Amino acid sequence: MSMKISTRQVDGVTIMDLSGRITLGEGSVQLRDAVRDLLSKGQKSILLNLGDVNYIDSSGIGELVSAFTTVRNQGGELKLLNLTKKVHDLLQITKLYTVFDIKDDETSAIASFTR
Amino acid sequence: MAGPQVTRISYTLDSSLDSVSRVEQTAEQLAKKAGMDEDELFRFTMAVREAAVNAVLHGNAYDPDKRITASFENTGNSLVIRIADQGKGLDPDTLPDPLAPENLLRGSGRGIFLIRSFMDEVHFKLLNPGTELTLVKHLGTAST
Repeated sequence: MSMKISTRQVDGVTIMDLSGRITLGEGSVQLRDAVRDLLSKGQKSILLNLGDVNYIDSSGIGELVSAFTTVRNQGGELKLLNLTKKVHDLLQITKLYTVFDIKDDETSAIASFTR
Repeated sequence: MAGPQVTRISYTLDSSLDSVSRVEQTAEQLAKKAGMDEDELFRFTMAVREAAVNAVLHGNAYDPDKRITASFENTGNSLVIRIADQGKGLDPDTLPDPLAPENLLRGSGRGIFLIRSFMDEVHFKLLNPGTELTLVKHLGTAST
């Protein structure tokens, strides 16, 4: 059960709908490649919808952090949407909950981007 | 039902992600049999998975000539998992604190921290060569 990514554009924001697992070997590399691909196309406002991500490990958490810093270093914004309880808890334990801009409503999340 | 009898399973596996999956699945089955609720099961299974990843990736570095061993035991009071690699050895005291402000944005280094967060006891033993991690989860308690 690997991760699936689909992307859509709404008002200048790229929403990546992720589903499945973000783990070492099962999604971390996919996520990294997908974010790099968006950046190479100049799409720097990225909203990661994690609502259907049912599992994430330390490698997946690290990949979220790397995506966040990579996008920020290129002058963009990466935000998280619809955390499951498991992912929410993991981000709290690892103190990353305050690092990420985390949203639970897509419309207001899109409106929050500076673009 | 599980009853008071001790259950033990052990494997010797190659240094691959398939081995990580096998260890993870065995941990999940053990936790389910022990009656863990969903949240506990998630945390337990994740800790065991992280230990297996640590052995395969950081310990053996995917070396096809090196093996990991994993043993699973339900003592009746606790689940005890031992995972050993044949790598150069891990000194847990040298690991950076992933919660320190200067480390928060690092892309790695959270595995051992999560293991410690989710297990009741974690023990490191240096082998020659390699490292053995012993993870203990007391049954009927919640760690977080």
